[in-house]
Amino acid sequence: MEWVVVGIVALPLAGAVTNGLVGGRLSARAVSWVGCLVVLGAFGLGILGIRDLSAASPQTALRAVLWEWIVSGDFRVAWELQLDRLAAVMVLVVTGVGFLIHVYSVGYMRGEEAISRYFTYLNLFVASMLLLVLGGNLLVLFVGWELVGLCSYLLIGFWFEREPAAAAGRKAFVTNRIGDAAFLLGLCLLFVIFQTLDFEAIRERLPQAPPGALTVAALLLFAGATGKSAQLPLYVWLPDAMEGPTPVSALIHAATMVTAGVYLVARLWPLYLASGVLPVVAAVGASTALFAATVAVGQTDLKRVLAYSTISQIGYMFLGLGAGSAVAGMFHLTAHAFFKALLFLSAGSVMHAMHDLIDMRRLGGLGRAMPFTAASFLVGALSLSGIPPFVGFFSKEHILAAARAHSLVALWGVGVLTAGITALYITRAAVLTFAGPPADPARHPHEAPPVMRWPMGVLLVLSAVGGFLGAKALGAPFDRFLAAAFEPEVKPSPESEAFGELVLGLASVGAALAGIAVGWLAYRGRRMPELGALGQALSRQWYVEDLYQAVLVRPARALARFCAQTVDLHWIDGAANGLAAMVGALGTGVRRWQTGYVRQYAALFLVGTVLAVAYWLVR
Amino acid sequence: MMLSALVLLPILGSVVVMLLPRREELLRAVASITFLLTLALAAWLFWAFPPEERGFRWVERVPWIPALGASYQLGVDGISLLLVLLTAFLFPVALLGTWDAVRQRVKEYLSLLLLLEGAILGTFLALDLVLFYVFWEAVLIPMYFLIGLWGGERRRYAAVKFFLFTMAGSVLMLLGIIVLYLRTGTFDVLRLLQTPLPPQDQRWLFWAFTAAFAIKVPLFPLHTWLPDAHVEAPTAGSVILAGLLLKMGAYGLLRYGLGLFPQAAREAASLLSLLAVVGILYGGAVAFAQQDIKKLVAYSSISHLGFVVLGTFVFTLQGMHGALLQMVNHGLSTGGLFLLVGVLYERAHTRQMDAFGGVAKVMPTFAALSLFIVFSSAALPGTNGFVGEFLVLLGTFRADVRLAALAAGGVILSAVYLLWMAQRVYFGPRRVDPDRFTPLTWKEATALVALILVILWIGLYPKPLLERSEAALSLLSARLHAAGEVVR
Repeated sequence: MEWVVVGIVALPLAGAVTNGLVGGRLSARAVSWVGCLVVLGAFGLGILGIRDLSAASPQTALRAVLWEWIVSGDFRVAWELQLDRLAAVMVLVVTGVGFLIHVYSVGYMRGEEAISRYFTYLNLFVASMLLLVLGGNLLVLFVGWELVGLCSYLLIGFWFEREPAAAAGRKAFVTNRIGDAAFLLGLCLLFVIFQTLDFEAIRERLPQAPPGALTVAALLLFAGATGKSAQLPLYVWLPDAMEGPTPVSALIHAATMVTAGVYLVARLWPLYLASGVLPVVAAVGASTALFAATVAVGQTDLKRVLAYSTISQIGYMFLGLGAGSAVAGMFHLTAHAFFKALLFLSAGSVMHAMHDLIDMRRLGGLGRAMPFTAASFLVGALSLSGIPPFVGFFSKEHILAAARAHSLVALWGVGVLTAGITALYITRAAVLTFAGPPADPARHPHEAPPVMRWPMGVLLVLSAVGGFLGAKALGAPFDRFLAAAFEPEVKPSPESEAFGELVLGLASVGAALAGIAVGWLAYRGRRMPELGALGQALSRQWYVEDLYQAVLVRPARALARFCAQTVDLHWIDGAANGLAAMVGALGTGVRRWQTGYVRQYAALFLVGTVLAVAYWLVR
Repeated sequence: MMLSALVLLPILGSVVVMLLPRREELLRAVASITFLLTLALAAWLFWAFPPEERGFRWVERVPWIPALGASYQLGVDGISLLLVLLTAFLFPVALLGTWDAVRQRVKEYLSLLLLLEGAILGTFLALDLVLFYVFWEAVLIPMYFLIGLWGGERRRYAAVKFFLFTMAGSVLMLLGIIVLYLRTGTFDVLRLLQTPLPPQDQRWLFWAFTAAFAIKVPLFPLHTWLPDAHVEAPTAGSVILAGLLLKMGAYGLLRYGLGLFPQAAREAASLLSLLAVVGILYGGAVAFAQQDIKKLVAYSSISHLGFVVLGTFVFTLQGMHGALLQMVNHGLSTGGLFLLVGVLYERAHTRQMDAFGGVAKVMPTFAALSLFIVFSSAALPGTNGFVGEFLVLLGTFRADVRLAALAAGGVILSAVYLLWMAQRVYFGPRRVDPDRFTPLTWKEATALVALILVILWIGLYPKPLLERSEAALSLLSARLHAAGEVVR
């Protein structure tokens, strides 16, 4: 079965190589076929893999060791891949949702000149994410980790002639790099602790590890996760990532990239349990969830609303992990992949119809002209809001249950509050975009072509009924499949469970309903209520970006300029030139003695002799 | 004879080129064939070098100045092997990538390049201090002329500055060599490596040698000759200067600084590794503030070479392994960056980043190849740069966590300045004139593709390089740790 594991990564990679090398000479049709089919092939292999894993014991992993990579003394790392249950779930999400987005792209990017470049990047993105997911040790995982950063750079800046697109791509990569630097240090520390970067070996050696060092290592890796998964304080790249083509946003937000941090914590679950940093994970997740949800309320760009929504929902996932339930985090990751991809593709459909218009103040009334898109967005929105029986209800409930069960009442409260705000902002977005009279009656928007509609259809169904995967009444197949892989999961105490279930469900659904009601009342008829200073703060992300500009970016630039212009040119080079000038002056001075007059030389000779003799006599 | 052949082949080629009539095609053909033969020979040596070898192979020794006990002695170990291969690879690439850039005095140009290659190979292979010094100084002469004759507007200032800086260091090294001879009675490096010196002698001898090496590397704050030399040098000169000349300094530190004076090196380690980290951060910051692309790349070299010195002076195997690999990597990726600048300069006749923009639109293939090299320089995993930087970081972490944490800042900085450069030059609205930005010539493309293939090879499968150098570096590392016991 080794070939299955290798094939999952190799297929999309082969697609990227093919389109990258010869795509320019192929027709757009051929390029699209190659691009889509390789991802579908990887999905098929994922199904094969998961079938095998379901039959085997929960801890089974299919492994493939390709070749030795970095070998230096006691440090030995190979290119190795492993497919276990956790990885298999991710593979299906990445390739499944990824495939739908590829197909959608065929329609969305029709007429684009650089279509082969687009599919090259898209395939490479999926391949990188799969390498991250299947990496058999932390270093191979890190390769995928950085490569998705590269792909996001390339895809966000896909329309590189536009300055903001190029800048946003760069910002994404650099922000990720900040997290990655911490990640690298974490890797070094883990190697120092365990003498290995292999997941299995780390798990085995955990009991002997010094707890303090473990905590630091887990924190460093988590810092890396906040970069990749766009959490506080490194979230700033994701909203700007909107500059890329919309299907790319869907890919980044739903299938690849931002979920990587969540996966990392789940992948290193035993380490995180032992390290004692789960409360930090929960706190960062909860505060990001609340923060980003409030900011989403203040946005006027539909895609930016969705971007902050992603940041907020990833926060939920970390809250779930931090509350001790990796399964809850992973389930929300899966559910979110469904409904966030659906929301983005719906937004893309709106842009497609409105010729790239995405400012919600200038949209409106699209529901009548685009009923399918409106219905898709609605299902996505309800799912995001956590309304039963949509998938988001089940996954969110998992997380809040975990938070409550571990007596993280405050965090649970934040989660419920965020659920309400979430419902508010997405209702606002839905109303402003689809309800009421059209903002511009002169336009005649039309529904997207079938090649874009049917991927949305599949996601619509998944968002609507995917919840059964986690429904207790149906035996929660998702939980059962994964839970065994996370032994020992932190088990909630039984009495809290008995109490929790009903109240919890009611609380978050109640909050969501309230949010929807407020959103509907406030924005009905496409009015924009005046929010004053608060609105200002929301739309400017509570001034976080401004703060970074003032405290980090501008001083850093000034320092660099100071080093370049003053320190290097004047101080250091000045010192060198000064030395040269001194030697030169010395030379000039000495030259004065070389007058060429024999008389003078003779006189000096005499003086010297006299002095020498005098010295000899006096001594 | 293998090694003599390697050194003499390009020197012979240089003489032949000087003697031939001034027919450009013929001259270029002879030079290219010589470069390729040298590369083939070096590749064979690399392939034939047994990974378990701790010492020197193919040692040859001919008495030279019997009165002084100086001999012509060559040999290659796992450390110099990699640099020999890099040298032999980089010269043909540099020639090919800048084929059309030099149109005047082609004969002298090719002859000097060949001479330079011979001298550099000699520097890496010499196992006698007098011979080493001769080669070391011999490198200066062709380089001086390359900058001074084919350079830019301020070429004379740059050439003289380059010459004076390196001479200043060399003189101290010469003094060191003489004193070392007076103390031990030999110039034979093989014997010197076996002869422990008393610590008080080591101390100032170490600094005399290190002065020469640190200027060449260049180590902060001795670096200011570098940006000027690079900016004024012709493209091939920059490729060789960054790719190989700087490596002579780094190689010297590893071979002589650590090898001959282990205790003194240990004492100096904290200062030198601190300067290395400062160089990493400082070079990166200054690179970011540049307007001239070539200066940006030049300062990035200072940052990258900081990793090399850092890895060298943490004395862990991974650190030194990373340092050695990073020497090779820097030769490839920064050599590649200078080639890119050359391609751009050929078309725009300026190096100011403001003048560019949208190059990716008019030269898409070139932009794609460029990004490969840019990301190799930014140490993206999958490229060579990552393997080297990671090993240095890991080796440093094991020795001193604080230094590693600071050095990790360099990982961020390299992304900052390189992507900033990429954005201003390649992306954004088209500002460059599409008529002047003609597509890559096949020669330019071949040179870049050759670099990229090696970049990927080392990035994905560095084992052949790492395993051939491991035994020699382990030996060195063990010796340094033994020296540490004596100090304590």
